[in-house]
Amino acid sequence: MLLRVSRAGLEPGEPGQFFMLSPPGRVLPRPMSLCLALPGELGFLLDPIGPGTRALAALETGDELDVLGPLGNGFRLDVERPLLVGGGIGIAPLPYLAERLGGAPALLGFRSAEHAEAAALLPGAEVVVEPEYVTERLEPGHGVLACGPEPMLRAVAALAPGAQLAWEAPMACGYGACYGCAVEIGGTLRRLCVEGPVLAAADVAAPLAREEAA
Amino acid sequence: MILNASGCLDALTAPGVARSLDAFVTKTVTPLLRAGNPPTRIAETDAGMLNSIGLQNPGIDRFCADALPRLRELGVPLWVSVGGFAAADYAELCARLDGEPGIAALELNVSCPNVASPVDATEEIVRAARAVTAKPLYTKLSPSAPDVAAAAEAAAAAGTDGLSVVNTLRGLALDERTLRPVVASGTGGYSGPALRPVALAAVFACHRATGLPIVGMGGVESGRHALDLIAAGASAVALGTVLFRDPSAPGRIRAELAAEAAARGFADPLAARGVAHEESAAPLPPSTKTPAKTP
Ligand SMILES: Cc1cc2nc3c(=O)[nH]c(=O)nc-3n(C[C@H](O)[C@H](O)[C@H](O)COP(=O)(O)OP(=O)(O)OC[C@H]3O[C@@H](n4cnc5c(N)ncnc54)[C@H](O)[C@@H]3O)c2cc1C
Ligand SMILES: Cc1cc2nc3c(=O)[nH]c(=O)nc-3n(C[C@H](O)[C@H](O)[C@H](O)COP(=O)(O)O)c2cc1C
Ligand code: FES
Repeated sequence: MLLRVSRAGLEPGEPGQFFMLSPPGRVLPRPMSLCLALPGELGFLLDPIGPGTRALAALETGDELDVLGPLGNGFRLDVERPLLVGGGIGIAPLPYLAERLGGAPALLGFRSAEHAEAAALLPGAEVVVEPEYVTERLEPGHGVLACGPEPMLRAVAALAPGAQLAWEAPMACGYGACYGCAVEIGGTLRRLCVEGPVLAAADVAAPLAREEAA
Repeated sequence: MILNASGCLDALTAPGVARSLDAFVTKTVTPLLRAGNPPTRIAETDAGMLNSIGLQNPGIDRFCADALPRLRELGVPLWVSVGGFAAADYAELCARLDGEPGIAALELNVSCPNVASPVDATEEIVRAARAVTAKPLYTKLSPSAPDVAAAAEAAAAAGTDGLSVVNTLRGLALDERTLRPVVASGTGGYSGPALRPVALAAVFACHRATGLPIVGMGGVESGRHALDLIAAGASAVALGTVLFRDPSAPGRIRAELAAEAAARGFADPLAARGVAHEESAAPLPPSTKTPAKTP
């Protein structure tokens, strides 16, 4: 579902950056990518998979919500022949990214036709549904900007070493305070909310190579 | 006085938040670099969260060379938290930091939930640290010590200047679907609202046992929570988990604390220090035996 909040002084930031949204009644905020920068509003695409996202999905018009952001880095926009690749809820940052790029082709993968309804946010996108995977349609020669589940990102990194990939990790704070979001970047554990969430494919290729060697 | 709880703020990535504190406490520094625990490191639970960061830090050499000079420039009083696995580690760390300017206090983390810390170890660690530094020493106690007052007395006898009360409790969360631990290392440190009554009881016991200055912490989310800790005996309050949801908490809680204290007739929040130990200001009316009359 799409959650729209009044901007109330919040800047949309760069595509790929995220916001921490505090669901009522929960101890920790939840990271969400900006999906749409609407006039006077920010839009978040959310998949209600657990207590936090369900509490966000249950908000009603007029309810107040604490929002912190934009946080982290975003996608670099100076890419030639950009191609947006998204999987599942990972398509969330792509509509705003497409807008800021002035339009770009998109290739989206979903688990089922039902989940694929969210593709309506990116008119004209090429959509594949499992058992077919986006990586089967990925053609060389594009500047790939991708967001999706970890196996998809690893497969994209292997095919497009120049790609920019937006990763996920559980986050308690989103602003570097807790060290909870550490992931292996360039061979060491680093905070994804500070170094990412967008990483160069090359930075995550190192642990991949190590795993293969092990 | 409002501080952050160790490990709950990085002043170098969030200098504005650090400047809103009366003192900044660093994440625990150990003698050698620690890469930290593998992910997943955190999980939200009922009334709190678990963390298993594994004391990720650059080690004392790189801390002194890289972080310390930049932390000094913030212009906020600086407390350095130190941790190790033997009394000699603490002695080494404190001796090293004793020579560094711009450090207001040292906090001895003898209570990481993944390191056992019996009372005699606490005493030995504080003694070893005391021998090598004149800087104010705060000993951070675990709420799971069988007798936190005894640990506080041991630290006092060994020469600690103050206490930080409390660290996290050990907790476990299982994944809804797989019923396996969510946090990769299995258990983690449990912090947040659930810790409040535990922290209050520990501060109450430590104040009664030692009368030392106490940095109270555990689940503080509002001025009222801070005032409770002060009434139990805290002389300062530290914010941990609440900072994750609300980086503006220091200013907000400082203002709420002043208002909560004023509403109860205290000119200053610290005027309420220890009142929980005094007899109730308005004693109950006397009760006597009196014969009943039937109509
Ligand atoms: C930078 C960043 C941007 C994000 N952007 C979005 C976004 O735009 N829209 C969105 O819906 N989500 C997004 N997420 C993911 C979202 O933050 C999590 O799904 C949310 O925190 C889960 O909280 P919860 O309490 O609902 O569920 P939890 O209780 O945390 O999780 C419920 C169950 O789902 C599993 N789970 C947790 N996270 C995920 C996940 N990401 N994918 C699949 N399973 C998971 C857990 O293991 C658990 O079994 C983003 C995450 C990051 C780090
Ligand atoms: C993510 C996280 C990291 C922590 N790291 C440390 C640490 O390095 N050293 C330490 O003494 N305490 C550490 N703590 C414990 C806190 O300093 C504090 O004692 C505890 O969280 C209780 O306060 P709270 O309920 O307000 O969070 C950590 C807590 C959290 C949540
Ligand atoms: S989420 Fe807290 S450091 Fe990244």
